[in-house]
Amino acid sequence: MSVTVEIIISVFLILGACFALVGSLGLARLQDFFMRLHGPTKATTLGVGGMIIGSIIFFSTGDQELSLHELLIALFLFITAPVSAHIVGKAALHRQLRCEARTRNVPWGNEGDDSVDIN
Amino acid sequence: MLQSVIQLTMLIVGLALALNLWRLCIGPTMTDRILALDTMYINSIAMLILFGMHEQSTLYFEGALLIAVMGFVGTVALSKYLLRGDIIE
Amino acid sequence: MTSLTGKKLFPHKLLSVFMLGLWLLMNNTIAPGHWVLGAILAWAIPFFTQEFWPQSMVIAKPFKAVRFLLLVLWDIVIANVQVAFLIMGPRKKLQPAFMRIPLDLKQDFTITLLANTISLTPGTVSVDLQMEDGYLLVHGLDVKDIDTTIAEIKNRYEKPLKEIFECSNP
Repeated sequence: MSVTVEIIISVFLILGACFALVGSLGLARLQDFFMRLHGPTKATTLGVGGMIIGSIIFFSTGDQELSLHELLIALFLFITAPVSAHIVGKAALHRQLRCEARTRNVPWGNEGDDSVDIN
Repeated sequence: MLQSVIQLTMLIVGLALALNLWRLCIGPTMTDRILALDTMYINSIAMLILFGMHEQSTLYFEGALLIAVMGFVGTVALSKYLLRGDIIE
Repeated sequence: MTSLTGKKLFPHKLLSVFMLGLWLLMNNTIAPGHWVLGAILAWAIPFFTQEFWPQSMVIAKPFKAVRFLLLVLWDIVIANVQVAFLIMGPRKKLQPAFMRIPLDLKQDFTITLLANTISLTPGTVSVDLQMEDGYLLVHGLDVKDIDTTIAEIKNRYEKPLKEIFECSNP
């Protein structure tokens, strides 16, 4: 494996890992549930995507034959990530979780302070 | 060089997993915990892919694919339980 | 192409092509034997389960579909970078909002595609669908102006989807 290929793989891997870390950081530090929902759905799909591209290049150049089956994981994650985000969000809506006070247009009409807080 | 990059990446993903674990423990509501689990399985897929590259083996791909399928089913089942109080209607 | 029992021989052609591709990817090979086995499975599974899939998907404009796919992929990358900066930036400045997006789409499949596209792209996640009232509830992480964002989503994603899948039955 030449040095250029190694550098390309490294760039993809590190980019992917950074996106995964940022997604988890969003999950850890944002304030209310609906804001936290954004971190994982966005950042982790591209995080795994970057690593999968790195892995495809790694195995394709290593064994001298094309190896694309990692694409299946990416395809599957890109289909399921929005679905699971949707259904978790729906469960949260159902329980009418507390939103940040500055959130506009809250469907159950609370202003943050007098909210129903069911845990 | 690539081996050390892979180890560094595994460290970063491990940090992400630790953050998820933290949210899983403190997460004020049930939905937060489900979301933390969901993120955790996606990150562990990344970890498995990296480990496969580290060991130069394609065997771990099957494990990663299985985690992807089962994790999705788990997330949907848990959320559905919160929504309806029942998984199979 | 209708047989005696009222079954079509190829009920979902696109699904069959997709399944063949999936089979080849899963086995990570393009050996002739796997082409044959995959083709048999890709024909048999849609054929024997066609009662469960009453609606068939028709892509009216394939060229536009490819363009839409590329647009969405590009937007996903942009969205990730944007959301990454939003997450790392000061969290007091974020302006979250719920938005109701009125739907022009009628078919279940296209609405699903729209909801998934919205969830994958810039700072928005679809959280609920009200079929009776015909709107999609979307949560935005950092929305400056609600009406502009709704108009942008309708223009950028809903219009192409409507053209690609539903132009035959308006």
